[in-house]
Amino acid sequence: MTTLFAADALVVNFGGIRAVDGVSFEVEAGEVFTIIGPNGAGKTTIFNLISRIYDPTQGRLLFRGEDITRVPPHEIARRGIARTFQNIELFEHATVLQNLLLGRHAHAKRRFAQELLFLPAVRARERAHREAAEKVIDFLDLQAYRDSFVVNLPYGVRKVVEMGRALCTEPALLLLDEPSSGLSVEETADMAFWIQDIRALLGITVLMVEHDMSLVSAVSDRVLALNYGRVLACGTAREVQEHPEVIKAYLGG
Amino acid sequence: MRFPFKTAYDQDLGLFRDPVQRRWYGGLLAAVLLLPLAIPAYLSDMSMVFIYGLCGLSLMVLAGYTGLVSLGHAAFLGIGAYAHVYFTQDLGLPWIVGVALATVAAAASGVLVGLPALRMTGVYLTIATLAFALIIQEVFTRWERVTHGLKGRPVDKPVIFGVSFASDWAFYFLCLAMLIAGLWLTANLLRAPTGRAWVAIRDSEIAAQSMGVHLARYKTLAFAYSAALMGAAGALFAHKIGFMAPDIFTVLLSIQFLLMVVVGGLGSLHGALYGAVFVALLPVLISEARDHVPAWAGHAAAVLGKGVGDTVFLSLDRFVKQPGLEPGVFGLILVLFILFEPLGIYGRWRKIWLYFSTFPLYKTATFRRQKTYMRSERLR
Amino acid sequence: MLGSFVCYMFVVWYGVGYWAAFALAVAIVALFGAALDATLLRRVIGQPQFAVVMLTIGLGAMFRSFASMVWGSEIYTLPTPFSAKTTRLGAVSVSHEYVAIIVGTVLLCALLYAFFTYSRVGVAMQAASQNQLAAYYMGIPVKRMFSLIWAISAGVAAIAGVLLAPVSLIDINLGFIGLKSFAAAVLGGFGSIPGALVGGITIGLIELFSGVYLPQGFKDVAAYIVLLLVLAVRPQGMFGTVGRKKV
Repeated sequence: MTTLFAADALVVNFGGIRAVDGVSFEVEAGEVFTIIGPNGAGKTTIFNLISRIYDPTQGRLLFRGEDITRVPPHEIARRGIARTFQNIELFEHATVLQNLLLGRHAHAKRRFAQELLFLPAVRARERAHREAAEKVIDFLDLQAYRDSFVVNLPYGVRKVVEMGRALCTEPALLLLDEPSSGLSVEETADMAFWIQDIRALLGITVLMVEHDMSLVSAVSDRVLALNYGRVLACGTAREVQEHPEVIKAYLGG
Repeated sequence: MRFPFKTAYDQDLGLFRDPVQRRWYGGLLAAVLLLPLAIPAYLSDMSMVFIYGLCGLSLMVLAGYTGLVSLGHAAFLGIGAYAHVYFTQDLGLPWIVGVALATVAAAASGVLVGLPALRMTGVYLTIATLAFALIIQEVFTRWERVTHGLKGRPVDKPVIFGVSFASDWAFYFLCLAMLIAGLWLTANLLRAPTGRAWVAIRDSEIAAQSMGVHLARYKTLAFAYSAALMGAAGALFAHKIGFMAPDIFTVLLSIQFLLMVVVGGLGSLHGALYGAVFVALLPVLISEARDHVPAWAGHAAAVLGKGVGDTVFLSLDRFVKQPGLEPGVFGLILVLFILFEPLGIYGRWRKIWLYFSTFPLYKTATFRRQKTYMRSERLR
Repeated sequence: MLGSFVCYMFVVWYGVGYWAAFALAVAIVALFGAALDATLLRRVIGQPQFAVVMLTIGLGAMFRSFASMVWGSEIYTLPTPFSAKTTRLGAVSVSHEYVAIIVGTVLLCALLYAFFTYSRVGVAMQAASQNQLAAYYMGIPVKRMFSLIWAISAGVAAIAGVLLAPVSLIDINLGFIGLKSFAAAVLGGFGSIPGALVGGITIGLIELFSGVYLPQGFKDVAAYIVLLLVLAVRPQGMFGTVGRKKV
């Protein structure tokens, strides 16, 4: 098992607050790795670090052996990391299809002059992108919503569209930020199946932040527990759930 | 209700949704081509409508599709106009080259404005473009060698490849051709990755970045392309008005362009054209109203007595004869549209079309906006 | 602009004393601002920001038109108790009008800072502007807060207009000086009040020197050029902080 992604002694300061304090972990290729912890533990901050929205005060990020700590944010998708957002950041006034096609942007060859005249080469590329997006639509059963504007869709569907958009990027590493928040029991079960399918059928490594412990136990290979920006425990789901410090800080009982 | 049945991806990629729509637009094209036969007296006004259409298209790309509201677009129009006049009249270059260079000059200044624009969002960007427009207006006044400053300079009629386009109907077709070219190029961009990236920047910059959209490049591109369209429109504008002076390209003109895209309907190419027709007709309507409304109001009020009728007429007459009424009317219309019809004329047309096409199943709440709460956009 | 016109109207047309006219003008314009919010702006508050921006642009055009119709488009001067009086500070004679502006500005800044930082109403206003829904939950009467904010904002603008009137002459385009003040705020850095003051002084000096050393015409647009340069090179200005959306 090769290490796909490694975080090395990450430290992030926001003014006087240490949001992330010396966090290190490794994600193996092909596994589902979950980060748990109470609110404010720094989980989404780590995601924002990986997406390069924030810069770490100290520490390194390594993806496929390369140091991506100073890479500009729009490069991350091209390198093979995609993410979803905790509060859905979809393009509200576009259709679901356009959102998914935008996920293909990382792989789109951009030739302004050709696009201006819409040459046959552009048309062929557009057809290819459409086919790739349709594969994701089939995978996530979004056919009914293909031409709906996102602003008209219910919350559960939007979460699926957001995941679809991330999948269109053809990532090697998929970051899911609280995939089951706001979803009903049924939708959460669907989400669990999809995460397992993503890992098994598409071969994508999943790194997720989650609060729903049943989902965590069902799909995760390994779990990392954080509190106040520090690592409490790292291991299988069972090991972490039984760790005394994790129980004290987060799980209760 | 019609349900188009799609069998190939190309049907979604094309400019027209289905053959029916293509036929409608063909009919529109035929009507526009035959217009000179029907209303020869108004041809120069129609040319102005087409030039305004190009301007509306330009601002629609920037404000409607990329979400960057600019109050300085009259500056780009002026740059295109002055550049074209300088290159064709002072340097004697061919007309096509003059227009091309005007487009390039405007695009370059678009990039210049785009650079500070990268760091600013929302209202701050608008203020920055306003500052730019004021600087450019000053440049027009001071750079006498090129612009002849406040004295102004007359503009010759266009001569392309030796053929004079001085007549009204020749100029009409020239403007129409440029407008159709602009529409085609813009529609091409909007169905390609560039257009999608622009819409992404409008709706959520952070998500766009995560999907690999290089924000700086696409924002600058939006400014440059929008300015380029304005530059081309500027060349035609110079020929149309016949006399260049720096005080034509004021903030008021920029506000008129903004009015155009808001009234027409933000976020659609149709909106640009509806808005252009509206703004081109507005001065005509205002002057007609100026002449007739006080008299009508006076007659109507005379029902209550001759004295009342006379006072109403005199006060209204004094009111409308004041200079400075036009900006007020523009402002009023902008305010009314934003309050009551934020989707613009095109939006209203879509609602009406939807009503009739889904009759009697139309749901009145289809376009009702969800109650939203304000969050500070300073951190956007 | 409206503030200075109203004050002029009271002083010159109706013969009211300067300080009374000042107070009246500020009060009237503040009330006008609150009324504007209650009737028009409340309806567009939840919409994307550019809708509000364009609404205010339209309103601005309407006000300028209204002012030119009521008061005419000539330029007026406002007589004040400190016109044409000067003091000598060393080798420089300082006009009282300018001193009044400086003193007024410093007083106003201190007052506003204290209001927003220490008073309950001020803090509530900040809350309402940052997250309206949360403010509702906390029991803040958000609509009344917004009207109050507009009243204060309009009142402050009116004070600025009246202070400025003797120096720059009353004219319908008086409001455009706000653009130069935006340049000062950007140069000093958003989120920093001392920064804004330093920025303002710097812009003033730059304007002065460009009038002397650079070709004609640069003086008028120096502030705008500085604005664009600062935005291009160092958008947080001298002392500012950059804010970010939390995702």
